Amino acid sequence: MNRTRIGKLEDIPRQGSRIVNTEHGEIAVFRTVGDQVFALNNRCPHKGGPLAQGIVHGQRVTCPLHSWVIDLASGAAVAPDSGCAHRYDVLVEDGVLFLDPESRECKA
Amino acid sequence: MTKTKMRLVVIGNGMAGIRTIEELLKMSADEFDITVFGAEPQPNYNRILLSPVLSGEMKFQDTVLNDWRWYEENHITLHTGKTVTKIDRVRCTVETDDGIVAPYDRLLIATGSNPIMLPVPGINLPGVLGYRSIADVEKMLAAARPGKRAVVIGGGLLGLEAANGLSLRGMDVSVVHLCEWPMERQLDKVGGGLLKEALEKRGLKFYLSRQTDAILGEGAVTGLRFKDGEEIVADLVVMSAGIRPNIALAKSAGIHCERGIVVSDTMQTYDPKIYSVGECVQHRGQTYGLVAPLFEQAKVAANHLARYGRMRYEGSSVSTKLKVTGIDLFSAGDFNPVAGDDELLLQDAARGVYKKLVLRDNKLRGAVMYGDTVDGPWYFQMMRDGTDVSEMREHLLFGQTHLGDSGHGAKAGVMSMPDTAEICGCNGVCKGTIVNAIIDKKLFTLDEVRAHTKASASCGSCTGLVEAILANTLGGDYSAKPSKKPICGCTEYAHQDMYKTIRERSLKTIPEVMQALEWKTTDGCHVCRPALNYYLLAAWPGEYVDDSRSRFINERVHANIQKDGTYSVIPRIWGGVTSPAELRSIAEIAERHQVPTVHITGGQRIGLYGITKENLPKMWAELVEAGFVSGHAYGKSLRTVKTCVGSEWCRFGTQDSTGLGIKVEQMTWGSWTPHKFKIAVSGCPRNCAEATIKDFGVVCVDSGYELHVGGNGGVKVRVTDFLCKVASEAEVLEYCGAFMQLYREDAHYLDRTAPWIERVGLPYIKRHIVDDAEGRAELYARFLKSQQYSQDDPWRERAQGKDAHEYTALATIA
Repeated sequence: MNRTRIGKLEDIPRQGSRIVNTEHGEIAVFRTVGDQVFALNNRCPHKGGPLAQGIVHGQRVTCPLHSWVIDLASGAAVAPDSGCAHRYDVLVEDGVLFLDPESRECKA
Repeated sequence: MTKTKMRLVVIGNGMAGIRTIEELLKMSADEFDITVFGAEPQPNYNRILLSPVLSGEMKFQDTVLNDWRWYEENHITLHTGKTVTKIDRVRCTVETDDGIVAPYDRLLIATGSNPIMLPVPGINLPGVLGYRSIADVEKMLAAARPGKRAVVIGGGLLGLEAANGLSLRGMDVSVVHLCEWPMERQLDKVGGGLLKEALEKRGLKFYLSRQTDAILGEGAVTGLRFKDGEEIVADLVVMSAGIRPNIALAKSAGIHCERGIVVSDTMQTYDPKIYSVGECVQHRGQTYGLVAPLFEQAKVAANHLARYGRMRYEGSSVSTKLKVTGIDLFSAGDFNPVAGDDELLLQDAARGVYKKLVLRDNKLRGAVMYGDTVDGPWYFQMMRDGTDVSEMREHLLFGQTHLGDSGHGAKAGVMSMPDTAEICGCNGVCKGTIVNAIIDKKLFTLDEVRAHTKASASCGSCTGLVEAILANTLGGDYSAKPSKKPICGCTEYAHQDMYKTIRERSLKTIPEVMQALEWKTTDGCHVCRPALNYYLLAAWPGEYVDDSRSRFINERVHANIQKDGTYSVIPRIWGGVTSPAELRSIAEIAERHQVPTVHITGGQRIGLYGITKENLPKMWAELVEAGFVSGHAYGKSLRTVKTCVGSEWCRFGTQDSTGLGIKVEQMTWGSWTPHKFKIAVSGCPRNCAEATIKDFGVVCVDSGYELHVGGNGGVKVRVTDFLCKVASEAEVLEYCGAFMQLYREDAHYLDRTAPWIERVGLPYIKRHIVDDAEGRAELYARFLKSQQYSQDDPWRERAQGKDAHEYTALATIA
């Protein structure tokens, strides 16, 4: 994994998200209520809504524009909607966040 | 240690039994070893759709709800074509006719119902059929030949659908019915007469007030003789004289039965290990033959089987639609008035429209509609909510759509629309798409249709039309959702329980509420969290700490998100009154930030559009510096107080509407409400501030101030109800604050004042705000108290650094 340090876990509020700007566009990094961390392309597969601005619940985020629900682990839209916000590898070590900006993939 | 699973045996492979399993699998997928016995050879299919299969509008395959693979995937042992003949309650086993013995820890009886076969001579002749299963339909189709004569005994819902189907197959069909008109349980005499005429035009023949004496024939059916001696010819006789709960098996096992298998509110029989759902049960003296109540029962039974042990089934109210293409009829409740009831009638023979509403104590008790049924769901909703309709009595018959619904005008008669007609103007969904989704995706409820098609999922103005399409597609067995509906899938609690429960049990945070009320998810969802956050905020002013993570983005960052992810910024302009200096500051700020669009809003303010999120705090700092506060144009909160110039300038003005508007806005700004809240003050009855389509409107008159409530200028235009007249500005402020507080404490989250008032009725509002001076003063005091904590300008706080992480990127990597 290409590990790029992007900040600390505590920089993202629980049930929240922050943005990382990359040359491929914005990547949204999410922190769940249970401190799990996920990263998605910051564009809803529906109409490109900024997922980082959505409400995070469980391992999901709801897009702020039209309430599509996206699974954080896979990036897939939750049924009955379908589509994929691409996911990225992200991990936490000793409270430090590392992102692989080249790991974009679709798991839907 | 491996945990042994509980064994659940289900007798009956029909809609109620399988729905219970589906609900159970959703709650605890691995707790049960499930075995299903079905007497029919098919997998679970949609019995509601037998009529379209009979008429040739659908194929059997399209009606299958759970195919063989579903049973495999869920590790369900399925025995089809097996009849259970014995339940041994001592050994806890069931036995089939061919000797299979299955032990159970929990048993679910879902044996449904049987058609009533009249005890007349000839009933067992070949060519005499019931109408209950796909096997019956197949037999009918085998016998149906164009030109041959079919007689349907029973002019109820199912009988008419069977008759219509056979007629579409080219048969010459007669309906024999005991009563004076068809569908007498759903229609009164006039409605029944209209239906009969319409069906006669389609070629059905009616023998009414006739009793069958004997079915004639030797070796096969040849005809029918009535009690009065007349005989008619028949090649096929379909018995559709009603259904009877199938309780023989339960009875033989000694389980207490009356008309049906008697169950408690938890869907348990007198043997607590044995549950029962569906058409075979009798609950609080009622049996049900429609699909929605069965699904409600399934949900409750599954909840108890999964040992959540929380839900209760409290009975259902049902409404009816006939599924005969091209005929619109609707009925619900008690539509035969008794002494003391009022009857409202509308009859237009030329248009073929008939409506009857029955009122008791100012509440809707029943409705019969023929020809134009688009308001059926609305009447049904008010019936279940017990809404006091005295204030809308004069319009009631004309329905809800006589007022301007935006998006689809006044479209009525949904079944006559072509498939290409656009139903949902927001999402561009046409009728054909909805009908196909209902059939292909096997949808039963409005929520399911919304999820799959998005129809009525945005502004909701076409909800009535979508419900009508759903009802007509599913036909006679449709009934709407229960009125008390869980907030979302995370909980069984409904909105109406929330505020009270939070206060009574002294719950102070979202996790506390979720724990105390046994939320099914760890941290809720985007539907329940904002609702809980609101209820807690309203219940504990000054004490509850707002949870920004449970706020929709607009309220979290105090700006309104736009389609491209930028935001709008709308500063407050008190009472719509501004000055050259204010305008200059706004202009300079807009120029400095290169704002792409400056727009005058409908609420007498100035909107700046296209602001990036990072830029918001900077722009706010400048606006705050120039003396502005947040306009809350993004919130479920007080939006604007619109005014006209009133007595200060206008030659017609009777009072200082502008000054009063500013006072009202200064009192109410910053308050959080269940949904957005708009106010206006007009200086005279010419009403230039459009106060009569606002949540709270003041119309000044020479002798004082008229107060109006519950207006709406949006999706569904609604003119306010007149609340009362007061004499002074101080009273206007008190009534306004008290009304807002009642709304804050009483309405469901996301209810505008208009639907809230329509649900509780204007007399309820008057009782609290007008008649009860002490109560009004208390409400007003609570409102003012809560305002002490909510009038900190959120823009100033954020310009000074609050929630800075919201407005900056975490990192930038090359």
